[in-house]
Amino acid sequence: MSEAPLLPPINEENAPFWEGCRAGELRVQRCRETGRLFFPPRCLSPWAPHAEPEWTPLSGRGAIWSFVVPHPPLLPAWAALAPYNVIVVALDEDPTLRLVGNLVARAGGAVNELDPAAIRIGAPVRVVFERLSDEIHLPRWVPA
Amino acid sequence: MPALKDAAAIVGIGETAFAKRLEDSEKKLACRAILAALDDAGIHPSEVDGFASYTLETTDEVEIARTVGAGDVTFFSQVGYGGGAGPATVGHLALAVAAGQCRVGVAWRSRKRGSGGRPWAGAQQLSVPAQWTRPWGLLRPVDEIAMLTRRYMHEYGATREHLANVAIAVRKMANRNPRALMHDRVLTREDYMAARWISEPLCLFDNCLETDGALACVVVSAERARDCREPPATIHAFAQGLPRQHQTMVNYWCEDPLRGPAWACAEQLYRRSDLRPADIPVAQIYDAFTPLVPLSLEGYGFCGRGEGAAFTEGGALEPGGRLPINTSGGGLSEAYVHGFNLIVEGVRQIRGTSVNQVEGAQACLVTAGEGVPTSAMILRR
Repeated sequence: MSEAPLLPPINEENAPFWEGCRAGELRVQRCRETGRLFFPPRCLSPWAPHAEPEWTPLSGRGAIWSFVVPHPPLLPAWAALAPYNVIVVALDEDPTLRLVGNLVARAGGAVNELDPAAIRIGAPVRVVFERLSDEIHLPRWVPA
Repeated sequence: MPALKDAAAIVGIGETAFAKRLEDSEKKLACRAILAALDDAGIHPSEVDGFASYTLETTDEVEIARTVGAGDVTFFSQVGYGGGAGPATVGHLALAVAAGQCRVGVAWRSRKRGSGGRPWAGAQQLSVPAQWTRPWGLLRPVDEIAMLTRRYMHEYGATREHLANVAIAVRKMANRNPRALMHDRVLTREDYMAARWISEPLCLFDNCLETDGALACVVVSAERARDCREPPATIHAFAQGLPRQHQTMVNYWCEDPLRGPAWACAEQLYRRSDLRPADIPVAQIYDAFTPLVPLSLEGYGFCGRGEGAAFTEGGALEPGGRLPINTSGGGLSEAYVHGFNLIVEGVRQIRGTSVNQVEGAQACLVTAGEGVPTSAMILRR
């Protein structure tokens, strides 16, 4: 998929997340004071004043919290794939941490190859990574 | 005694025509709407000394003031977050008037969303939060709200029938409003169920219109309001809401995503009000998407958590229903101008001049968008 503007920009705040993805690992931030996890990344922990965050790997397991099936009008590259799925995954370590992703049949699978009618809220999923560029290995999800 | 309560009023309303495409620029449309609102109030433009609008507005106060012929301006404010801004623009003027920072304030919104293109389709640098959503194809506002909607349906047993109730109720309002874009188009339940998907579980009729148009209103002190041409719509209470750990539109990264900004906003609104939901007979509820209505009904206390969908049953939101909403046709069926038509229609309800007048309405709630940092106000006679 050649959608250059839609690849996330890597910056100081999110670089460790994408570094983790390149290493095949899902990482989020944890508050050094309270130990509580948070996502998306921030430069300081919201859970304690002045607390620095640290990065920690997770199991990469979760459950589908919700999903949508977009139809056109869409950006051209996505219109070509429609209807496809977008899911939100609640992570096992803390179900209030939720990641937007896609449900695919296998690592590298297309976002439109699974029948949307078979997607269920609550279904367990496991992270896989698809290499879109040297920098960006995008996390997607397969049925667990 | 709170300083804001009943201290200021809307005394003038103005609007342009609404259409899929208008020839005039957003600047000219804005000035036309502002001048119409001042005419309605019987106030000369040279008396204007306050402005409030949306950060998304393409024309700044300087150009507006120079074009309409405003006087020395001593208060100007812009509110962010698109559809969250509407009542906040009026509320900021009310606060400024109450505090003596200005005497004649004008709020406006002018937008060519009908002919000017879709914001989500433009080339863009991905910001937080877009960098965590768009790479996976969650591209448009409708996709973002559809995600919350699917979860809402799952948790509370809401169905597409409930969303249809909203779309049909608001369309019935528009069918009585000759100025509404959908005035001549009846919407049946069959039409709704047969409509094409935009982002499942939302279909075409769950989405607002794409409109060119502009609206404005004039805010002065309650004392001055008594001398204006039309009966004032007193700004009884006003609040904004940005709840803890909220994320604009993609409110998935907080403990309770279905408890949106309306809840925090409503808590402050009623704290400052003599009125309770049961005292409010008519409401203008931000309706960029139909599911925002049941979510807002819950947030603003017209029913309990999870009961918003059931509240729409039995024609409750329709003309003559338990709580008629969006009585000029709202964003779904009159015009979508980031909710400013809801403000203007709220004033009409208080004046008694709506095409879907709720007889004897003493108060009207006007809300901004649920799903973004939001605002709301209660207007009363």
